[in-house]
Amino acid sequence: MISRRQFCSALAACSMLAAAASHAQERFITVSSTTSTEQSGLFGHLLPLFEKASGVKVRVVALGTGQALDMARRGDADVVFVHDKAAEERFISEGFGVRRQEVMYNDFVVIGPKADPAKAAGKDILEGLRRIESAKAPFVSRGDKSGTHAAELRYWKAASVDLDKAKGPWYRDTGSGMGPALNTAASMNAYILADRGTWLSFKNRGDLGVIVEGDTKLFNQYGVILVNPAKHAHVKQADGQKFIDWVVSADGQKAIADYKIGGEQLFFPNATR
Amino acid sequence: MIEFNDAFLIAWHLVAGADARLSGIVMLSLRVSVAATLIACVVGMPIGALLAVGRFPGRRALIVLFNGLMGLPPVVVGLLVYLLLSRAGPLGSFGLLFSPTAMVIAQAVLVTPIVAALTRQVIADEWTEYREQLRSLGASRGRAAATLLWDGRFSLSTAALAGFGRAIAEVGAVMIVGGNIDGVTRVMTTTIALETSKGDLPLALALGGILIVVVLSINAVAYALRGWAERRWG
Amino acid sequence: MSPWLAIDRLSLTEGGTRIIDHASLQLAAQRTVVLGPNGAGKSTLLRLIHGLLHPSGGALNWPRKLTQAMVFQRPVMLRTTALANVIYGLKLKGHATDESRRRAMESLARVGLEQIALRPARLLSGGEQQRVTLARAWALEPELLILDEPTASLDPASSREVERIINEISASGARILMTTHNLGQARRIAEEIVFIDRGRIVEQTPVAQFFKLPQTEAAQRFLKEETP
Repeated sequence: MISRRQFCSALAACSMLAAAASHAQERFITVSSTTSTEQSGLFGHLLPLFEKASGVKVRVVALGTGQALDMARRGDADVVFVHDKAAEERFISEGFGVRRQEVMYNDFVVIGPKADPAKAAGKDILEGLRRIESAKAPFVSRGDKSGTHAAELRYWKAASVDLDKAKGPWYRDTGSGMGPALNTAASMNAYILADRGTWLSFKNRGDLGVIVEGDTKLFNQYGVILVNPAKHAHVKQADGQKFIDWVVSADGQKAIADYKIGGEQLFFPNATR
Repeated sequence: MIEFNDAFLIAWHLVAGADARLSGIVMLSLRVSVAATLIACVVGMPIGALLAVGRFPGRRALIVLFNGLMGLPPVVVGLLVYLLLSRAGPLGSFGLLFSPTAMVIAQAVLVTPIVAALTRQVIADEWTEYREQLRSLGASRGRAAATLLWDGRFSLSTAALAGFGRAIAEVGAVMIVGGNIDGVTRVMTTTIALETSKGDLPLALALGGILIVVVLSINAVAYALRGWAERRWG
Repeated sequence: MSPWLAIDRLSLTEGGTRIIDHASLQLAAQRTVVLGPNGAGKSTLLRLIHGLLHPSGGALNWPRKLTQAMVFQRPVMLRTTALANVIYGLKLKGHATDESRRRAMESLARVGLEQIALRPARLLSGGEQQRVTLARAWALEPELLILDEPTASLDPASSREVERIINEISASGARILMTTHNLGQARRIAEEIVFIDRGRIVEQTPVAQFFKLPQTEAAQRFLKEETP
């Protein structure tokens, strides 16, 4: 029989061990990025290639662009990899980022019921949105300050729709990520602005299909930024820079172009070197 | 619903194929939640016992507090631990954010009040039975608390299991402090949340089924052990 | 014989009810049994003397502080071996581990339980459990052993065994103060009977005289009701 003392010391030892064991050491950087890059599977394809080339592991925390930048502002990331040019430039001007480099673009698509009750189908994003608004057809918004949300708001503005006035039960502000918002749209048979990558890898489509695509306005530029070591001394500058250099290099750009779902290329490299 | 059939098939294939990524995720879930539960027991059980046995000002208020904290929302705990461990936070210099350790801390915070409150209940019941005898033998209240903790060890396994169940099932806290990083901090619940958001509902459901089976098995083993121990010691 | 305890107008009030009502008593006998109807306050009086309850009035005057042990109606056994239960009491009194173990074994042997010393205490019969509590009390070598209806939930054979042990503990020098519902047991054990009713000390009489003819009417009525 084990005594009480043995039992208690074993318990204490176990809990300390368990706490300590979960803190293994390895060489890694933390990248705050968006759900679109993570959930489309792009990082699953890219990172093993980079890790093999550099020996540096990459830990991706996938959030909306706004949250991803906030996380970096607090110093919890070494590199940000996001898609909202205006927000990224603000991030740099506040001194949190060293330099923004463009990496690639993908495009947004308007997803909606295949029957298209608002007759929004076509190539023109602004006309499409105007028709959705005038038909008061259900529309799901991310509403989470993500890059996609920011883009959506820009398009409404460009289409001269004043959301503050036009908002009604047809406009559903969900405050959720791309996937959950798509789930909501599928269950409500609503229109939604999505990035093509997430849409292509999304499985629970219901009766939804692509309604508007191909407008150059729908191109969605991704940038990559090293968090400023002057603001956060612990930033892994060398390894972070190594990652940035690789994604904009010929090898990295080719890897991006090679990533396809169902034969369809999702991201188009356009790095400024 | 067609999804339930799909989910069952997927779950079967994942388990039968001994999917390495799946077993990694399951093991991490278990490691994190077992560690958090152990810490919660080491901290929460003495607190619960002292609340049951002790006589000090503020005891009633503390009992209400711990009972209330049982319903602590995981997201709030996650957020608090996140702000603590963030580089900009007071404990930022340890660099623990987005690590399994951070998840252990968050779950331990979440579970400790549960363990403490349930322990208090068990020990309070024992105390009414033992009180006079222990006081007659000259046991101080601290000593009595320790004695009752040991004596109530089989009943207290329920408190530990309740804590473990809460820990392994929660998603809000580990999502925030772990970041759901593939291969590093991705556990069963965050994987389920991720697959749900990717619209892969059958896979999410399959993983949920596996989680339930894991939790049930642990409870079944614990229940059997407790029964055996109680027959052995009365 | 000079008294080892003088109780002076002791009272205990709980929720407006007087449970013990100005009880005054000089205890001098080696073996005293407290008798009285249900709810008379017998157990409460014992607990006040043992220090488990605090009086709301009056005083306990100890000419010399006596070391005490108490045995309750229902044996309280920790979920461990019989031996460890006895050791537990000794360790609480500050005895070293080896010393505690030796004394615990001796004590279990004296109550006839050395064979089952390593058995889980909770799985012993009620009579055996009560003997373990007696061993636990005896091991402390108390100068005063208080017993609150120690045989109330035991079968006759176990009761006789417990009585035998109480007599031996008394023979080893401890004063005995106990309550019981068993008048035969009271007659066998007591030197002196204290009779209480509704929280008051009604009479204090040598055992032979009490059972022949109690001094008070209340005690006479009690004896008549209790004797078949």
